[in-house]
Amino acid sequence: MPMNRYIDIKNLEKIFYGRGLINRQKNAVTAVDRVSFGIEKNHVFGLVGESGCGKTSLVRALLYLDPPTGGEVWVDGTRLGDLSKKEMRSFRKRMQIVFQDPNSALNPKMTIEDSLQEGLVNRGMAAGDRKKRIIRILERVGISPSHRKRYPHEFSGGQKQRIVIARALAMAPDFLVLDEPVSNLDVSIQAQIINLLQDIRAEFDLTYLFISHDLNLVAYLSDQIAVMYRGRIVEIGSTDEIMENPLHPYTLKLFSSIPGIEPHEAADTLAPSLESPGDTGKKKRGSLKGCHYTETCPRKGSVCQSQVPPLTLIEGSHAVACFKIGSLPGANR
Amino acid sequence: MDPVLLDIQNLDVSFVKPEKSAHALRGMDLTIESGEIHALVGESGSGKTVTSMGIMGLIPMPPGRINAGRIVFKGTDLTGLSQAKMRKIRGRQIGMVFQEPARYFNPSLKIGEQIVEMLMLHLGLDKKKAIDQALSFLDVAGMVRSRRVLNSYPHELSGGMKQRAMIAMAICCHPALLIADEPTTALDVTLQRQILQLIRDLKKQFDMGILFISHNLGIVREIADRISVIYAGRIVESAPLNAFFDHTRHPYTRALLRSIPSAKKRGQRLQAISGQVPDAENIPPGCSFHPRCRQAETVCRREMPPTISYGNGHQAACHMIDAHE
Repeated sequence: MPMNRYIDIKNLEKIFYGRGLINRQKNAVTAVDRVSFGIEKNHVFGLVGESGCGKTSLVRALLYLDPPTGGEVWVDGTRLGDLSKKEMRSFRKRMQIVFQDPNSALNPKMTIEDSLQEGLVNRGMAAGDRKKRIIRILERVGISPSHRKRYPHEFSGGQKQRIVIARALAMAPDFLVLDEPVSNLDVSIQAQIINLLQDIRAEFDLTYLFISHDLNLVAYLSDQIAVMYRGRIVEIGSTDEIMENPLHPYTLKLFSSIPGIEPHEAADTLAPSLESPGDTGKKKRGSLKGCHYTETCPRKGSVCQSQVPPLTLIEGSHAVACFKIGSLPGANR
Repeated sequence: MDPVLLDIQNLDVSFVKPEKSAHALRGMDLTIESGEIHALVGESGSGKTVTSMGIMGLIPMPPGRINAGRIVFKGTDLTGLSQAKMRKIRGRQIGMVFQEPARYFNPSLKIGEQIVEMLMLHLGLDKKKAIDQALSFLDVAGMVRSRRVLNSYPHELSGGMKQRAMIAMAICCHPALLIADEPTTALDVTLQRQILQLIRDLKKQFDMGILFISHNLGIVREIADRISVIYAGRIVESAPLNAFFDHTRHPYTRALLRSIPSAKKRGQRLQAISGQVPDAENIPPGCSFHPRCRQAETVCRREMPPTISYGNGHQAACHMIDAHE
């Protein structure tokens, strides 16, 4: 294991089994299918994928909120599977999560001070220390500490998200999972929160796993990007590698759909593909033998339907899971 | 025929409650021509939805109140119409597509029943003809196996398909005006592109005027012919697509464009707009943007800036435009 790999995930797998003895295997859904990646200390790892592709299952398995059914998660040299429940509970304070919707993340019946100190109380911190810490952190995220006796509804959406970030920071974590942290906020507020996230990362020496469907934002913020499709990572690499030389057909499709501020020619040539009932991709998940992308892939061959393409290193840290990369433009740079 | 399909003049709407009142629209002007996609861009609480509700005659009164202004649609002022007359226009002449189709379909009726009911009511078709027309419009909306969709309940369709069904329903009576309120916000990026393409195609095919409401300037850039930016109930800048992005005039629009992250800006700090969106109960005096504006001077704090035309259909409301040009 490389020295500075802070998070290391190996063959992580999460299967949701069906109910009952007979349906257990029959209705099993593989939400996360042998996913491996590493995040270096103080880096931002961007995870991109459409809804239902398994991003949230991956995060829940990674944090052992829903323990994975296979594979290993290493955090800072500790294998999470080895920890007892009690050890896990104290370890988890180092890993915090910021959700998309600050309205549902904060308890409406608790003052923000109570929300912030709940975790600290559980850790057995003395009242005086708690108060000092909360005041310091609220100031840091740009909320006036004099407002700490207020309730969530008295704050705007952007302020609530600042409070959620403050609550995560109060536990002195070193790893933050950011699950679409700005997509519910107004455009003019988004940049404020992104800047705040950048600042506190440098200041508190944090590592981020950043999940978003906003590709412009992921490209702006991340050091590394992984593209996920139906439970598998289909392409992974440094942001430059992915943005300048995207190879997997799904990544290409995703990138051509970015509504950009810079106009791009590809926009008009992309014909709308027809949809039919039941084509949500979710129902068939797991029942496919080969590459999950074969149904819509413009380059599929017979091998794609029978075998799972392995994630193959192209150059540097850039890896792609596709049999047909040779036939893709841009592969032979 | 007059090319102007919809002409909103100086519309002023407030919501009055005993304890507090909110000034949602404060002298809003907007025109839409046939065959034009006019994008209305703004943040939450800026008055986008109140505008669309106003056009549809759906502002609840009370507490809502139209203090001044007119909404002229095909020569008729909609603000003065009775509910009965408005019902004949709504859905028939003005179609609407919402952000979350799941919430606007009746979950206990099949998609087909809902579209057919509308066709029978508005166009007076018999059931068989209505079914035929519903089928053909589901095809137009890019749906294969449309007969099966017709017999599906809303929950049986995926998000993208529900949005297509919603669009089919909105356009099946050949409305002259389509209001699309954040039609792609709830969808994944790859679906977004498809729906935008569909809306563009439909505009050409039926020569509709479309009011496209969004908060996302990236999406607007792909679809709009003309863009208006609304801030605290007033249009602060309005221009044709290219002029809007190439010669942005209003400080708020400029700041918005600067604050959007992209791969190119990596490593740089984003230029965020400080402060918060004003709420409609508490709008700053003078230019409503002045507390967040870097160029604000005394006059901005005192006087509301007039809307000035700069030629080629480009308008903006700011005291400082000549100062920073």
